[in-house]
Amino acid sequence: MGELRHVTLDPAEGSGFATTKLNELLGWARKWSLFKYPFVTACCGMEFMALTSPRFDGTARFGAEAPRFSPRQSDLLWVVGTISQRQAPVLRRVYEQMMEPKWVLAFGTCASCGGFYDNYTTVPGIDKIIPCDVYVPGCPPRPEAVIDGLMLLQDKIARGDRTPGVVKPREDPAPGLVQLRRNKGVSA
Amino acid sequence: MEPIDLDLDENELELPTEPMRLNMGPSHPAMHGTVRIVLELSGETIVKSDVQIGYLHRGFEKMCERGTWAQVFPYVDRLNYVSPMLNNVGYALAVEKLCDIQVPDRCQWYRMILGELARISDHLTCTGAMAMELGAFTPFLWFIKAREMIWDILEEETGARLTHSFGRIGGMAHPPTPALKEMCRTAVRSVMDLVEEGEKMLLKNRIFLDRLEGVAPISGADAVALSWTGPCLRASGVPYDVRKVHPYLKYDEVEFDMPLGKTGDNLDRFLIRLAEVRQSVRIVLQACDRMPDDGPVNCDDLRFVLPPKQEVYTTIESTIAHFKLIMEGAKVPAGEVYSYTEGGNGELGFYLVSDGSGTPYRVRIRPPCFPITGGLSKLIQNAMLSDIVPTFGSLNMIGGECDH
Amino acid sequence: MSERVLEALRSKFGAAVMSTHSLHGDDTAVIEPSAWKDVCTFLRNDPQMSFDMLVDLCGVDYPSRSPRIEVVLHLYSIAKRHRIRLKTAVGDEDLVGCEVDSVTGLWPGANWFEREVFDLIGVRFTGHPDLRRILMYPEFEGHPLLKDYPADRTQPLVPYRTEAEAGVPLEKLAPFGPDEGMPFGRHNVRSGSFTSPSGKDNN
Repeated sequence: MGELRHVTLDPAEGSGFATTKLNELLGWARKWSLFKYPFVTACCGMEFMALTSPRFDGTARFGAEAPRFSPRQSDLLWVVGTISQRQAPVLRRVYEQMMEPKWVLAFGTCASCGGFYDNYTTVPGIDKIIPCDVYVPGCPPRPEAVIDGLMLLQDKIARGDRTPGVVKPREDPAPGLVQLRRNKGVSA
Repeated sequence: MEPIDLDLDENELELPTEPMRLNMGPSHPAMHGTVRIVLELSGETIVKSDVQIGYLHRGFEKMCERGTWAQVFPYVDRLNYVSPMLNNVGYALAVEKLCDIQVPDRCQWYRMILGELARISDHLTCTGAMAMELGAFTPFLWFIKAREMIWDILEEETGARLTHSFGRIGGMAHPPTPALKEMCRTAVRSVMDLVEEGEKMLLKNRIFLDRLEGVAPISGADAVALSWTGPCLRASGVPYDVRKVHPYLKYDEVEFDMPLGKTGDNLDRFLIRLAEVRQSVRIVLQACDRMPDDGPVNCDDLRFVLPPKQEVYTTIESTIAHFKLIMEGAKVPAGEVYSYTEGGNGELGFYLVSDGSGTPYRVRIRPPCFPITGGLSKLIQNAMLSDIVPTFGSLNMIGGECDH
Repeated sequence: MSERVLEALRSKFGAAVMSTHSLHGDDTAVIEPSAWKDVCTFLRNDPQMSFDMLVDLCGVDYPSRSPRIEVVLHLYSIAKRHRIRLKTAVGDEDLVGCEVDSVTGLWPGANWFEREVFDLIGVRFTGHPDLRRILMYPEFEGHPLLKDYPADRTQPLVPYRTEAEAGVPLEKLAPFGPDEGMPFGRHNVRSGSFTSPSGKDNN
């Protein structure tokens, strides 16, 4: 996998053949059998419904369709939509009630960074309250972007990588467009 | 071994008599995201309920005061997010009423077509979700499939599936595409097929009918006193539809019926929405026939409408007008206005106060589902716990609108 | 549109109706706060008026005026199909005396509307059965829709995480490093290739 693989599930463990293969097996099993807790609040919920609809089928074919409306029984927390300050303790409690290993997917811009609700009542991104593994920007994101987010999360689960990731567009905008970039650590 | 309570007389047992407190929390599958109902139950019967909203309060009214009049459109989209085009049109009409400008005919037909498509998608989502919460997963998927076809049209026209921000003061963001009429005519046929399949699946099902029929009825007088409007009010038999009683756009030039219910129970609210989908389809088809194929879509008042890009780059007046409209906002005349349209849930009102500058002084939305959710407590009084699910689903509370 | 409603009000209540106008087709009457309940009762019960639906009840903050807060009530009659807007002004600069009679006895639907005005603007409604916050949480202090409440002053219920606790930078700068973005499916415009899930370029 080249330079991108750098973290295993437990670096302190021995890196013998059996443990690596076991980690791979666990990662494979976990990523294909995610039980989701759909913490749906707002407009992104409509795209969440569309994601599970027959056209996109964005969860069933990844084994991630089974919703468990109890945090005790789920391992992927989908935070779909804006989280207001009033809802924040609820989100925190739901996250704390989940058992390890657990992952969080921030669906939409409001969950990732507060969106354009920069005001007294919106939490500017769920990572201010709970750790987040994958951010899917978009207002609301197209179901295809969410599928990319789910695949990115599966990639991370398989490698045991807990670094947060962001879904980026598959195609860069028009090549002739002038892009202002910062000078550090730029990738394609 | 015999059961230990064989000799016990039930009357001798000391059973707790206080009602049980149960919390249907703000994160609940059937609460459409963000409502908390604190219940006091006696067995399965609800003795008292406290419906708490506000978990999706996003400060819409405060945000509007921080931008320009045109910057309100994205916020307005996210109010009733299942039928955003209706919100766009409602707000645009409100500002146009305050500015005393009229949009051309073509734009009025266009707004009607997109608005009715949004209404169809709203009603389909509501009925589909209601069925799903009762266990009927398949009609939900069919209705969502129908909704996808409508969203395809909206995506082709506006560029976005859900939150289009397509309305503008004095018109729309872009003129209709040439394929609009053809797309609409094909899509509504497929939508009607799917709706009929869904109805066949649901309306003869004994379990579905038992859970909806006779549950949570409300009389017309009670509904009016609770400030209900829209399908929930018409289900109780009160013939109030803003499109019929106070027509706006071109609603007085198209023929459509106003379905009415009788008892105002859950089944009536469910059936009314499906009947309204049929009426909206009629309106869309008539509007497609009547909409002119050419002509301006935006009114050409440079005080409120952006000039065409060609002119912005070539003439100085247009450049200045464009600059001022974007940077300072349209200078809407000072005053106040209340403008109302038929949103997905009822009378969607906007009370605008302007101080003459480009920034709104106050944008108040009158959310149709706010008083409807306020009546939920009365509806579920003395009902059973499991009746809350279809009742709440039939009210179509949209969190973005209710909590604005 | 329905000038007769305004005329009826003027003739019945005289000086309590401070001013009326019908700009943009909306009949409006500004009422003294003390006559609020009487005017509403008249409008609801009189057979010529029969305003049986309360459409909207909101508040607007005019800090430059005194009294400061304007409570705006929109009424509609289903039978007669006429509308009216009633306004009354209460409260001084520091929101003292910001009280108005509640109309929940006349229109039960006003319950939540009045709670919302209390929550966001701070007007107290005397006689309201259950006056408490509705959109904001009970621990919130202040009334957000007042002009002197800054829009971005948050009062978090859950303290925000710090970077030390999170272990990752919370304020992210774009563009992201190679280990944070999506390693697969990216179309490399210059070379025309796609990165595969394994991270290698495929052609």
